[in-house]
Amino acid sequence: MSSTIINEVRRGFYLDSVALMRFSRAIASLDGIEEAALMMASPSNRQIMADAGLLDATSDGAEGGDLIIGIRAVNAEAAETARAEANLLLDTPTGAQGEGQSWRPKSLRAAVKARPDANLALISVAGDFAAAEARKALRRGLHVMMFSDNVSIADELALKREAQSLGLLVMGPDCGTAIINGTPLAFANKVTDGDIGVIGASGTGTQEITCLISQGGGGISHAIGVGGRDLKDEIGGITTLMALDALDADPKTRHIVLISKPPAAAVAARVVERIAASQKTFTVCFIGAESWQLPDNASLALSLKAAAEQALGGRALFADFQAGALAQPAPAAKVRGLFSGGTLCAEVQTLFKAAGEQVMSNAAIPGVLDLAAPADAHKIIDLGSDEYTQGRPHPMIDPSVRDQALQDAIKDKSVGVILLDVVIGYGAHNDPAGHLVDSLGTALAGDTLIIASVTGTDADPQNRRGQITKLQAAGILVAPCNADATVLALACIRLNR
Amino acid sequence: MPELTRYMEPTMENNKVTNLLTDPLDVINIGLEGFATELKQQGVAVTHVDWSPPAAGDPKIADLLSKLGT
Repeated sequence: MSSTIINEVRRGFYLDSVALMRFSRAIASLDGIEEAALMMASPSNRQIMADAGLLDATSDGAEGGDLIIGIRAVNAEAAETARAEANLLLDTPTGAQGEGQSWRPKSLRAAVKARPDANLALISVAGDFAAAEARKALRRGLHVMMFSDNVSIADELALKREAQSLGLLVMGPDCGTAIINGTPLAFANKVTDGDIGVIGASGTGTQEITCLISQGGGGISHAIGVGGRDLKDEIGGITTLMALDALDADPKTRHIVLISKPPAAAVAARVVERIAASQKTFTVCFIGAESWQLPDNASLALSLKAAAEQALGGRALFADFQAGALAQPAPAAKVRGLFSGGTLCAEVQTLFKAAGEQVMSNAAIPGVLDLAAPADAHKIIDLGSDEYTQGRPHPMIDPSVRDQALQDAIKDKSVGVILLDVVIGYGAHNDPAGHLVDSLGTALAGDTLIIASVTGTDADPQNRRGQITKLQAAGILVAPCNADATVLALACIRLNR
Repeated sequence: MPELTRYMEPTMENNKVTNLLTDPLDVINIGLEGFATELKQQGVAVTHVDWSPPAAGDPKIADLLSKLGT
């Protein structure tokens, strides 16, 4: 029997992508529904809906400012019931509207008029519109944090040059994490206030380092995100260099940590030159780089954990954690890493490589094989990369992105250890450990060892200790940080040999 | 090879980044409402914009309008 497809277009109706994802899932779970999506009608979203077999001719005229309801059901009755439910959800007031907030500005201009002392625009609209909103914010004197991705590098360069001429900071695009004077912005954690500043081209790298510093008794002055492309040739490190100036001048900041993928050589040279001109001390973590020429006031850290330890003045973290004592023989020789954090995924690759293990990844660091390579190696996967998140929220928001990959890894007889991250904090899912345990279900009774770490703090809304307890109660081995989880995984597979 | 961006040393007069690190945060949130909700819960001044795609959802016209200052 053939399916029934229903489309409905709401002209000029906008809801943010997270709200629409939530509604899409609710509709897709109704009886008789094969697939459903509620999306803004941007070209990329229309393609996703077309690929999912959700579009019919009704939506042909929909434009970027319109919303499409797309439903594929086993019969017309189920489809109509779902359409009615979708419309009900869309017409139910959300968040602050429901709480009776009297007035909400319709534009950035109106918001700034109402709040003349505003100093930062946090922008997370679809990438197609993000540069325009950022430009408006800069021209009204606001610093910008661009959470949005899919912004062209030409737009990024133009925005950063304009910001630089105005003395304003553009964090991003694709900047997931910042902490300004103790306030976590977007995906960030409630860490101890202190004298260590962080400049991060990587969101989860910044989260792991700030949390480890906090757990190790130190504190964070500010963590400034720069966006993943800032240290590429095309951008030239504009935001990184401005952040270095700002933290160098900041009396609260004593030591500065810089975290990034290995930068372009010419950009790195200017960053290193700027570091050398500072009276402060630095830890540099170019994750994946094994050596780098640095001035006397800076040291290179090969892992996020090492970066935190160096920032803490050489204090060893989790010295009582003994991977050898905790290790169990893995039932098979291979490790499957399933990561929501891109830099946590990179840190694992770094440590595997240093241990002489052959690794492959969809987000390979230098010297690591691409996932498509014909090799029998450990697979360390970044589930936050585009191929997993197109049309879906990031796995830190929606941990179900990992569910299928987990089940596949458990069924794979070559996999002896599954290595995971659980990232908590503001912006993240409200109970990722609980979701993980639920999704594993009876699979936890099997032979495969599951090893995890929790990036976060006890002051985060999800509470790190509570998350660890849930994982441990389900039989998951929990290490105190991502690097230690990796060392434990390596110890377990060595016992298999 | 793309041309390297010339790094211009910001002057003390125009460098407002230091102020961002010292002044109380006052955030305009455009996009995911959850970010505004969480900031509000932390006691941070935040104004959530009831945003919808400008220029009838045409990104090119929206971009042009932003350059014209509207």
